[in-house]
Amino acid sequence: MARVVAAARPTRWTALWVGAAIAALVVWSSHGTQVDLGTLMSAEALQQMWTYASRLFPPDLSPAAVRDAAAGAVETFAISLLGSVLAVLIGLPLSLVATRTLLFRGLLYEARPLPAVEKTARVAVFGAAKAALNVLRTVPEIVWAMIFVFMVGLGPFPGVLALGVHTGGVLGKLFGEVLEDVDPAPLEALQATGAGRFRILVYGILPQALPQFVAYALYRWEVNIRVAAMLGFVGAGGLGQRIHIAISLFHEHQLLTLILAIYLIVTIVDALSSYLRARLV
Amino acid sequence: MARIRTAPPADRFPASRGKSAFPWILTAAFLASVAFSVREAQIHPGLLLDGQAAANVARFVSGMFPPQLSRDFLALMVRPAIETLQISVMGTFIAVLIGIPLGLLATSSLSWSGVLHERASRRGRWLLGFLPYAVSRAVLSVFRAIPEYVWAFMFVRAVGLGPFPGVLAIGVAYGGMLGKVYSEILESVSPRPLETLHAAGASRRAIVLYGLVPQALPNVIAYTLYRWECAIRASAVLGFVGAGGIGQQLELSMRMFQFDEVLTLLGILFVLVAAVDFVSGRIRARVV
Repeated sequence: MARVVAAARPTRWTALWVGAAIAALVVWSSHGTQVDLGTLMSAEALQQMWTYASRLFPPDLSPAAVRDAAAGAVETFAISLLGSVLAVLIGLPLSLVATRTLLFRGLLYEARPLPAVEKTARVAVFGAAKAALNVLRTVPEIVWAMIFVFMVGLGPFPGVLALGVHTGGVLGKLFGEVLEDVDPAPLEALQATGAGRFRILVYGILPQALPQFVAYALYRWEVNIRVAAMLGFVGAGGLGQRIHIAISLFHEHQLLTLILAIYLIVTIVDALSSYLRARLV
Repeated sequence: MARIRTAPPADRFPASRGKSAFPWILTAAFLASVAFSVREAQIHPGLLLDGQAAANVARFVSGMFPPQLSRDFLALMVRPAIETLQISVMGTFIAVLIGIPLGLLATSSLSWSGVLHERASRRGRWLLGFLPYAVSRAVLSVFRAIPEYVWAFMFVRAVGLGPFPGVLAIGVAYGGMLGKVYSEILESVSPRPLETLHAAGASRRAIVLYGLVPQALPNVIAYTLYRWECAIRASAVLGFVGAGGIGQQLELSMRMFQFDEVLTLLGILFVLVAAVDFVSGRIRARVV
């Protein structure tokens, strides 16, 4: 509480400074993107959007269209789930070797310091893992999807790979932060009983980190269901592919059906994820 | 966070303490949906080990090096890079403009229940409070459940190519998320200061200004900055559907198999994202 009150009052000058900087940034951006609130709210722009929106109605609810949308939704769900599972499989091992406190520093190495050669090797492994995570994370999902489409052809499979690889990088970083951030007291207690490094990891660090891991994985699943719906734009299956086709061919009523399907599947996954988080974490 | 750290390890998974069936049901459901998804997503790991795939990767990787660093190309990319940054700023700005009013209406403690409304009549609460509350919740849910890429695609159709649809797409999709999170932050503030102010006879506006805002503001700012970090990533990708910025160049280079340009563009993207993360992190550290 004290922290909140103190934080609510940074010095007046900081607030002014940051406020002015943000205002300048917004004005500069509005100039560069030629978006100003006047044009945004202008009759013409609203008219254009209204015309387009009214063309979408009513949704195409013929059995064929609904079946197609349902198939797309199921495929998108499958891509997001497998992509997230693959991401955990990639991110977890990488995060273990991308954490300083597990590899060569801190409490685990207080009692028995590493020989210099081994320490150098471990620092190198750590650096390599960090770099790998950075590369995985920097390349956006959609670029990964194009690369994997290029490798294994069209369909949902490259979508799964793209999600898994990119999200693996994200989760690896987040998991690493959790691992470095665990409460040291239980680890010290374990160490005092003579537990080795592996035991401290298994009984001290992982039990503390696991709930956060689950929470982060579920959170990324919510992100991934949205991304999975997009990857189809580059040929990686799911609802995105169908939306792309519907937009390109001006099938506006079908487009609305597909958007409803996205809305449904995203809402379901969000609800499922927050239920599981409340239950598990 | 604090709760998790202080709980003893055995209590981490409350469901596993007793003889509950929940872990078994969850595991079974998880395995079944993974198995189902493997079939549905046509997973063929063999394709990755295929000679053709390896040849494609070799072509891709060897094409990437050396990256395209000629002066002409870099000079051409300055404008899209700046545009990406500007789209992210403008998109976040519009998201805030959408998120604040809708988020306020979608906060039950502000619109219809709790200490602020104890003196209002029941029917008045229903008409002026609950109805706008429900409507704004529904609008926020639609805004955020439809991914920004789909919004961008539709805005491209509605208002044409360029940065404008990108800004709108980020504004609408992130406006939905900001509104929801703002309302969650506002609902989770401690009610005690509000009740104290109420008991001291403070007006409704005074309760909001002196009780609610000071508690909520740091979190609101922190989450908005976090969304800006997401927006720079998103704006880079939105170009793939024609919404300007560096994504459009990335798509062009990918389609034309100019992998050396792809590598350069990814480098630029990395610098942009890192710069935004840095700035946002600095501000966040100051504020929160």
